[in-house]
Amino acid sequence: MVFDLDKPVRKNRRDFLKYFLGAGLLGFLSSIFYPLFSYLKPPVQGEVEVTSVSAGKLSDFAKDSGKIIRFGKKPVILIRSANGELRALSAVCTHLGCTVQYRKDLELIWCACHNGKYDINGRNISGPPPRPLDPYTVIVKGDEIFISKIS
Amino acid sequence: MKNFWKKLYDWVNERVQLDDLVKFMGKKYVPVHRHSIWYYFGGVSLFFFVIQVVTGILLLFYYKGSSDLAFESVQFIMAKVQFGWLVRSIHAWSANLFILSVFVHMFSVYFEKAYRKPREITWVTGMLMFFMCLGFGFSGYLLPWNTLSFFATKVGTDITGAVPVIGEPLKIFIRGGEDVNGATLSRLFGFHVALFPGIFTILLAVHLILIQRQGISEPMHFKEKNPSEKKTMPFFPNFILRDLLLWLLVLNLLAVLAVFFPADLGHKADPFSSAPAGIKPEWYFLFMFQSLKYFPSHIFFAEGETVGILLFGAAGILWLLVPFWDMKSSRGERNRFINYLGLFAVMFIIILTFLGWRS
Repeated sequence: MVFDLDKPVRKNRRDFLKYFLGAGLLGFLSSIFYPLFSYLKPPVQGEVEVTSVSAGKLSDFAKDSGKIIRFGKKPVILIRSANGELRALSAVCTHLGCTVQYRKDLELIWCACHNGKYDINGRNISGPPPRPLDPYTVIVKGDEIFISKIS
Repeated sequence: MKNFWKKLYDWVNERVQLDDLVKFMGKKYVPVHRHSIWYYFGGVSLFFFVIQVVTGILLLFYYKGSSDLAFESVQFIMAKVQFGWLVRSIHAWSANLFILSVFVHMFSVYFEKAYRKPREITWVTGMLMFFMCLGFGFSGYLLPWNTLSFFATKVGTDITGAVPVIGEPLKIFIRGGEDVNGATLSRLFGFHVALFPGIFTILLAVHLILIQRQGISEPMHFKEKNPSEKKTMPFFPNFILRDLLLWLLVLNLLAVLAVFFPADLGHKADPFSSAPAGIKPEWYFLFMFQSLKYFPSHIFFAEGETVGILLFGAAGILWLLVPFWDMKSSRGERNRFINYLGLFAVMFIIILTFLGWRS
């Protein structure tokens, strides 16, 4: 009786080599691409969370006007209406993120990018914006205006 | 899967005649002799260049090229960006090894007289790339905007100013003004990441096309042999595979060096502080820096430094033009003078680098 031991052994050896080299190659490639992709990921920048900012003096702020206030990293629009009421809204247009402005002539909040319009309360009334602007709280202490997040 | 690759090959082949290229590659041979090892340094230099381009682009994603932000941005890369320290360290190590490998490649080509007719253009483009490598090193050194790099740039550009006639305007051109400041950083940044890589790529393309077109140079002792005695190796795949293996080893070497000896950053440059003690240029400028120290302050009417720089300039031009004045080698005769001159240059560089390093 003749045993043909040769064939299966050789095949096993070849398979072993194949997997061994394959795993080596995989390890090599991942040791290059893992650092590479990690590097490309922008590091998270720690920042202090802002809950309230000062927006200047009430006496400096004319009626029927608006200005952009820096609230942490985001712009907030502060509006003083014709009858002296103060409102603070997120200045980021809910359509594609442009910064909105107050239009005296229309008495509206207007986004220049795609002609989006919001009323003075931040409700989207015309154009592409899908949602109203997020409101902020306005507090007046003495003559100073403070804007804070609605908790 | 095999079928797919075959189909893809056929698709491309039908349009751009890949077969011709494969046939051309198959006919290319690399001479095998006792000095064959030196053939690998060209490929290794090319590999370092590729590494420099890749890691350089990666660094550009976070680097800020202004004197107010440069140091902080490098600090950010080293401390905050994941593997940023690795990318920067590889860039720094690879820069040094690139220049070392280019030195070896240049001298091996010189001693084999591979520059002789018809390969003069290959030599000249190679030499121009060598000068550019030094330029890359010099301009890149300033970019982290630390004390060492600031003063090295001050001294380096000051030396340029000693060249007669063109020195002063050249110095002001490089510095972007009278002094080394933010304007210098912007300029050298522009040179380092845009101007130099652009020119270098063109030179490299000419260099590589010529090597493919003319084949690899046979040394004189090899050329004289009978065709039957000449041992050769096919360029593809034998030589290419060896090249690849070597590149893999080099990559590993870079990783080891970068991990165990990462690049440091030092302190932010302060134009109104004193130069630190023991300040030295990078090792590849050291031999010139050291030689200039030995010149007396005045030689006849000229300043010693000026004479030194002119001598180095003249030597560089002679070296660049060696295929045009070494007629003997081009005719296939032995030219021992070339060997002695080369040996002198190698010894000079090694000894003065050592002296400069020790001082």
